[in-house]
This record gives sequence, C-alpha cells and structure tokens, in this order.
Amino acid sequence: MKVEITTQKLAAGSMLLIKGDVDMNSSPDVRNSLGEIFKQGGAKAILINLSGVRYMDSSGIATLVEAMQNCMKQGMKLRLVELSPPVRDVFELARLSSIFEIFASVSEAQAGL
Amino acid sequence: MIQDRRRKTDKAGGGKVQVTLTVPSHPKYLYVVRSALYPILVDAGFVRKDARKIILAVDEACSNIIKHAYEGDPTKTITMTIADDADRLTVQLRDYGRKADSAKIAPRNLEDVRPGGLGTHFMGAAFDAVTYDTNQEQGTLLTLEKKKRQVNI
Repeated sequence: MKVEITTQKLAAGSMLLIKGDVDMNSSPDVRNSLGEIFKQGGAKAILINLSGVRYMDSSGIATLVEAMQNCMKQGMKLRLVELSPPVRDVFELARLSSIFEIFASVSEAQAGL
Repeated sequence: MIQDRRRKTDKAGGGKVQVTLTVPSHPKYLYVVRSALYPILVDAGFVRKDARKIILAVDEACSNIIKHAYEGDPTKTITMTIADDADRLTVQLRDYGRKADSAKIAPRNLEDVRPGGLGTHFMGAAFDAVTYDTNQEQGTLLTLEKKKRQVNI
C-alpha cells in the first residue's frame, strides 16, 4: 500500500500531511520527506498531520522519534496533529504519548509558534 | 505469489478455523498480512482494539523476519497459519532464513526513548505466549498464542 505525503508551508515552518499506512514499506518515504524539510532549514516547527494514517508500526514510530531528536538538536519544535484512534493506541502501547507534543487540530498546533 | 488456503468447520459446534497464507518476504506484502488477519480476528470474537494489537504484533514479527532472518532479501517467503480454537488464537510464522537467537530477543526498556526495538514489546503486549522454535532443519517457527477471554454466566 502506497503512502501519500504532502508538504505544506506554514508561517512557522512546514506541515507534513500523511495518508495511508506507515509501516516498514512506507516509513522510508516519510523519513525522506522529513529529511527534505531538515535540509531546507529555517523552520521553527514541523507539524506532522496524521489524520489520514490508520496504521503505524514500530518503524513509523522510530521515524517520528528520529525526527523529534533532530528537531531538538536544531532547536525546532515537532508537533503531531490529529492522531486517529489506531495510531493513538500504538503511541500508548509504546508509552510515547507524553513524550511527543500532540494536538487535536492544526490551528491548536500552530498556536504559540 | 500469495496462497490462501482455508479450512473451515462448524464453529458453533466448537470446530476449528485454520487459515494459511504465504507471502513474499518484501515489506509491501505486510499490508496483505494485515488485511487477511482483521476479518479472521473479528470473526474469532476479538474487539477492534485487541484485533489491532494482534495485527500490530504479527506485522512486527513479519518485519523482524524480513530484517533479521532474510536480511532484507525480498525473494524468500513467510507462511502465516492462523488457528482459531474455542479457547485460544494461535498465529504461527514460518521462515526459512537465519535462525532466530531467542537468547538475544528481549523487549527493551521503554523509558529509554530511542528509535527502534519496539517490535518485541508489541508482541509481548498482544500475546500470552511467544515461542521461537529453531529445531527446524531450516529457519524458525514462531508461535504466538492468545487465550480468549471466558465469559462467566
């Protein structure tokens, strides 16, 4: 199953909109898209909109943890937006819900940036 | 090559449902494994949340086979057998790659936030028993067992 990734420019940075399953097959695509944003630089924050993701495995989680660590190194914020219930379950199972900044909507995630 | 072989007996009479699926060892077929599992788990009586946990665990086990047993070679096969009995669900995954070293397989400390290493934790969270049988001539037979909740009347 192919994952669709769209990058949108925001006032404070970029938002990645992901649609599809994020698994061992598709997580390299997510990692590449994040790499492009890091390469461009100049952003205060990266928002990752997960409203279109119905499945995420440990490779997807690992990609997000890497992105969070890269953001910390570069003084950027990483904010996750609109987690679907299946993805929220995976975060809880991995005990990562309190590690990431998670927001219910894009407007809430942009507040204070 | 994807083979799907089903043997179905009368569930109401306490019979057993067994499904066997063989997929190539390419990550793009993980979706096929997940898609095959969901209706069987719902039919076996698992609620959606438990079904999702089981699917995640089996997906992680298949990913581990691709990564570690086959070292990324997409031309091999993984055979999944799902047995739905009255009191338990059993998922077996057969590979013909490098044998698993069960002494080295352990869930990592979740307090240590870092990329990777969650698959074993997901398997242990979803199933009651996880057994690696390396007494095969070639490869490993992984057995994942989950007891069904008994409803007391």
